Amino acid sequence: MKDILVNSTPVLCQSDNLAALLIELGYENAVVATAVNGEFVAQHSRGTSLLKTGDKVEILAPMQGG
Amino acid sequence: MTKTFYGTSLSSPLMLGTAQYPSPAILADAFARSKASVATVSLRREASTNKAGQDFWQLVQSLNVKILPNTAGCHSVKEAVTTAHMAREVFNTSWIKLEVIGEEDTLQPDIFGLVDAARILIEDGFQVFPYTTEDLVVADKLVSLGCEVLMPWGAPIGSGMGLNNVFGLRALRAHFPEIPLVIDAGLGLPSQAAQAMELGMDAILLNTAVAKAGNPAQMAEAFAKAIDAGQLAASAVPMEPRDLACPSTPLFGQAELS
Repeated sequence: MKDILVNSTPVLCQSDNLAALLIELGYENAVVATAVNGEFVAQHSRGTSLLKTGDKVEILAPMQGG
Repeated sequence: MTKTFYGTSLSSPLMLGTAQYPSPAILADAFARSKASVATVSLRREASTNKAGQDFWQLVQSLNVKILPNTAGCHSVKEAVTTAHMAREVFNTSWIKLEVIGEEDTLQPDIFGLVDAARILIEDGFQVFPYTTEDLVVADKLVSLGCEVLMPWGAPIGSGMGLNNVFGLRALRAHFPEIPLVIDAGLGLPSQAAQAMELGMDAILLNTAVAKAGNPAQMAEAFAKAIDAGQLAASAVPMEPRDLACPSTPLFGQAELS
C-alpha cells in the first residue's frame, strides 16, 4: 500500500502504476489528463508511470472556462 | 476580409466562454443564439464520485464548435506548459489559449512568462493564442516566435469596462495588419464589441458579459449582432473624424429669410 495524494486528498492505494490507480479510483472510461509530481503523464505512459509513497497525482477533466 | 486562425476559417468572429452560466441548458441556448464558432474550456480536478467534467464535456461536444482550451489560473511558465500538454491530450487539439497571470487584482498577463511559455509550446507544436496586453514590443516578440494570432485584452478579465486603451489597440492593428487580432477579456456590452470590430479587430472572445447577464442567451445574440454590425462598418470604411462642424445639408439654394 502506498500513501499518495490525489488532487491534494490523501489516498491509500494498492496500485503500482498510474493506469492501475485510475481504475482503482473509478476513473476508467473517464476523459481525464494526468500529472505526477507536477509532470504531465500522457495516456500512453500511464502504465509505466510507477507510483511510490508521497507522490502527488493530479487528475483533471474538462471544465468550464473563459 | 476573412482571416484564418492557424489555417482555420471560422463561421463567426465570436468566441464564447463556457463558465459561470446559470445552467447547462442556458449555456447551450447562449451558444445557439450567438452562433459562436469557438468555445473556450479549461481543465480542473475531477472527483471520481460525481465526474462533473464528463457531463460537461458531452455538452461541449454537442455544441458543434471549435474547442479552444485555456491555461486559466496558471501563474508560472511550468504550470501553463504542463496544463497545455494536458489540454492537448484531453481536447485533441493543438490550439491553446495561453494565459500566464501576472497580477491578481487585474489578472493581467505576465508578459515575460507568456513569451517564455509561448516559445516552449510553439516548439512543441502548439498553435498558441496568447492572452496579452496591447504592448507592441511583446506582440512583436510573440509573432517572431511563431504566434499567428494575438489576443490583446480590452480591460481586466471580468471587469466589463470595454476597451481601456483604444489608441494602443489601434496601433496594434496598424502594426500587424495581417495578424488576426482577438479582443479577449474586459468587454461588458455589445456596443464595446462593435467598437472593437470597427477598429478592425478580427474576433471577440467573451464570457462574463454573456454568462452573468440577466438573460444570457439574449445577451449572446445581442453581442453577435453588434459584432456583425461592427465588422460591416469596418469593411464599409468609416469617415474620417474632424474637429470642426461641416454642414450635411447643402448651403446652396438656401433662402434669404433674415
